[in-house]
Amino acid sequence: MFEVVSFISNMMLPAIIVFVPLYAVFRKVPVYDSFIEGAKEGFPTAISIIPHLVGMMVAVSIFRDTGALQFYLQFLNPVLSWFNIPNEVIPIGILRPISGTGSLAFVESILRTYGPDSFLGKLASTIQGSTDTTLYVLTVYFGAVGIRSSLYALKVGLWADLAGFLASWIICSIIFMPS
Amino acid sequence: MIHYIWVFMILSGVVAAAFQGKLNLVTTAALKGAEEGVSVCFGLISIMVFWLGMMRIAQDAGLLEKLAKVLRPVAKFLFPSVPHDHPAMGYILSNMSANLFGLGNAATPMGLKAMEELQKLNSDKKTATPAMCTLLALNTSGLTLIPTTMIGIRLKHGSADPTEIIGPTLLATICATIIAIMLDRYYRNRTFDATGQRKK
Repeated sequence: MFEVVSFISNMMLPAIIVFVPLYAVFRKVPVYDSFIEGAKEGFPTAISIIPHLVGMMVAVSIFRDTGALQFYLQFLNPVLSWFNIPNEVIPIGILRPISGTGSLAFVESILRTYGPDSFLGKLASTIQGSTDTTLYVLTVYFGAVGIRSSLYALKVGLWADLAGFLASWIICSIIFMPS
Repeated sequence: MIHYIWVFMILSGVVAAAFQGKLNLVTTAALKGAEEGVSVCFGLISIMVFWLGMMRIAQDAGLLEKLAKVLRPVAKFLFPSVPHDHPAMGYILSNMSANLFGLGNAATPMGLKAMEELQKLNSDKKTATPAMCTLLALNTSGLTLIPTTMIGIRLKHGSADPTEIIGPTLLATICATIIAIMLDRYYRNRTFDATGQRKK
């Protein structure tokens, strides 16, 4: 299963890069002009995200590096360990929606300490892989077009992250838990 | 809500640093964060320029329309407010396919282009539309067939079976996506009436 999917995934990009221009030439599209026309939009779009992303990353970085995050985790740990969720993965769950690289740092430390094939290692990998960084996606996608009021989008993203975290824990407990 | 989260993170960071008597931590962290933000955007430039160029070829050749036509049932269910022949649809669907196949860096340009097209349909340029929220929900829940990055990291740490997590990750991401779509529906119906106008 994995071999097939990963093969498709690896072949996908080269296939698209060859197929799209070929098909367009066949349809008599001036391919190079089209490419340049579209590519022109890339730079301003990427640049327009800078203020949004800098604003968000500054706050995340302050929150993380000053130890504020650790402080809040102390209070959460007893509550969550009551639900039998291992303490080690809780920072990953909390950080995952805020900072992808931040939660990855915790995943890597678990992989180093307990090994990637331990229960904790597999659980941490699953949590990290199952959702995307909500705050980053929101900042970039809405920032790029100048949306200020995101309505309920953040709420939906965060609840979905919680769902992904709990689902990872339940699924890993069933599949990997040494009984 | 985002305003509160932002202020909360900064404020608690400053308080935490002050308690340790190391207020300069705030400055270092702020500058580090700013640098990270800029470098992420700079990293995006090359990807954006290349993929938006490719996508324009696909659009001019009518490929995006074709994709939208094939996936119309899915699109109609998820984005009832977007006209099915609107260019936004093609970009939304290519964004979704790119995510699904783990082509992360191709997914972002397509998603941003989709946002831009959705913005053209928006009457209030500063407030998100229901379709924008749905697109965001799909992207934040991160539906993907194989977590390629995570497998790479497990390999780096010497895992005997780095791909073991594919099954559980897929199940968990499906759960997250279903919850995201359901919540998106729930809040959409609470916020907008049937004609797409804000309630109240």
